[in-house]
Amino acid sequence: MKKIEAIIRPGKLEDIKEALNKYNVQGLTISQVMGCGHQKGRKEYYRGTEVTMNLLPKIKLEIVIKDESLEDVLAIITKEAKTGEVGDGKIFIYSVENAIRIRTGEQGETAI
Amino acid sequence: MKKKLLAVLVVALSVLFLPAFAFAASESKIDTGDTAFMFVSTVLVFIMTPGLALFYGGMVRKKNVLNTMMNSFIIMALISLQWVIIGYTIAFGPDKFNLFGGLDWIGLKGIGEAANADYAGTIPQSLFVLFQMMFAIITPALITGSFAERMRFPAFIIFILLWATLVYDPLAHWVWGVGGWLRNLGALDFAGGTVVHISSGVAGLVAALVLGKRKGYKTQTMVPHNIPFVVLGAALLWFGWFGFNGGSAVAANGLAMNAFLVTNTSAAAATLSWVLIEWLLHGKPTVLGAATGAVIGLVAITPGAGFVSVIPAIIIGLAVSPICYFAISVVKAKLGYDDSLDAFGCHGIGGIWGALATGLFASKAVNPAGNNGLFFGNPAQLGIQALSVVVTIALSAGMTFLILKGISLFTPLRASESEEEEGLDIAQHGEDAYPDFASQENLSL
Repeated sequence: MKKIEAIIRPGKLEDIKEALNKYNVQGLTISQVMGCGHQKGRKEYYRGTEVTMNLLPKIKLEIVIKDESLEDVLAIITKEAKTGEVGDGKIFIYSVENAIRIRTGEQGETAI
Repeated sequence: MKKKLLAVLVVALSVLFLPAFAFAASESKIDTGDTAFMFVSTVLVFIMTPGLALFYGGMVRKKNVLNTMMNSFIIMALISLQWVIIGYTIAFGPDKFNLFGGLDWIGLKGIGEAANADYAGTIPQSLFVLFQMMFAIITPALITGSFAERMRFPAFIIFILLWATLVYDPLAHWVWGVGGWLRNLGALDFAGGTVVHISSGVAGLVAALVLGKRKGYKTQTMVPHNIPFVVLGAALLWFGWFGFNGGSAVAANGLAMNAFLVTNTSAAAATLSWVLIEWLLHGKPTVLGAATGAVIGLVAITPGAGFVSVIPAIIIGLAVSPICYFAISVVKAKLGYDDSLDAFGCHGIGGIWGALATGLFASKAVNPAGNNGLFFGNPAQLGIQALSVVVTIALSAGMTFLILKGISLFTPLRASESEEEEGLDIAQHGEDAYPDFASQENLSL
């Protein structure tokens, strides 16, 4: 099992969710996060005073999938999240030791 | 016959229960139209202070929103009492030395339904007391924007009570009270440009300097946490200002409607000019800017609302935005003081422009009881206006400094560093404006 953690543009969430749903990935967790990277910040003006916002709002998307789905899921996320501009985000992949469905006690891939 | 009976009954009752003004009551000519109009104007001015709580509350960081709103809200209660006990008599009581009203009306002794011909000859004096009370409430509330996010609540309460008693009430007497020395000089201030806006704005600047900058000022980002609150607050202020300026005619007449008309005109012009400046300089018109422009347009027209006509109102409104924009974005940054929510930049600077503009554009054609300004052949008026500005600045700055220094001998003015980091909502009030969902779910833990 693999866990995919993708930091994406907030505006891309719906597209990714829809594409993953079509591929039959039904479980996902998202959180609102702030972060910085190559995108730097953006300038905002409050009553004419410039304020640089270093941390920009992003969405963190977490999915746990079977090993064999990894390439497909990565391709879907990359395709949907990409604009080509700086600030599209990053994807991190981790190996998952086990998974447990709390309701039934099922373990491993059947639990995800 | 019935009316006569009623009148006799009223007089009889007032003789029984309120002997002090029974005489006046039987002689006064209350106008029901004026009274109804002034009642509405009074409640309109009342809503401005809760509006200000939203305006300021939206501009602070979310850890300080409750404290900021409380500062305005508690003033509604504090000054309501201060005004009926001592404030009104200092401001409008029988003149002493051209400086303040005597204490004859302490606790509103003898004041009731009878009119007072000196101030408002056609409405019950009790209504005039209430109308003026709303001004006395919002003025110290305006100051709170400058020391937002760092003042300790106990020191704040003492400061407000002393400031209202030692600055607002005497100044109201100087400018509006019969016998007040600025009024005798012929200074024109229709609805409170000097008394309300310059005095509060300058007090704000001094308070910001005495208290010092917020922790992390210029190194941390401090941006408004809820601009929709700011817009709602600005809308309530704009709405209430029709009563503030219109009601300052103290009668339902053409002058009141002139004030209404020029007030709305100036607010509109200033909103557009602020938005235009931002659009040109930074490429985007901000909503905070539009709300700010509206409020300073209202500030600027306040002293002249009963003396100027529509075209000058457009000029006053169009000009106030660049003036305040410059003060806030350039001068404040250069001088480095931390006027958190620009109480000085908006009310002090906007008020000064308004007071001087009244000396430029005032016209007897609008109000025969006023005077002509520079552009209508009376340059002396501009000098008188300038003098009233200087005097207001001197009184407010000096007294604010003394009051704050005095309080600091007994109790700290500022929240501690750790309280500031934690936020004044928790530190001063033990409340959290926006408890997150997790802590709501786990209340029993």
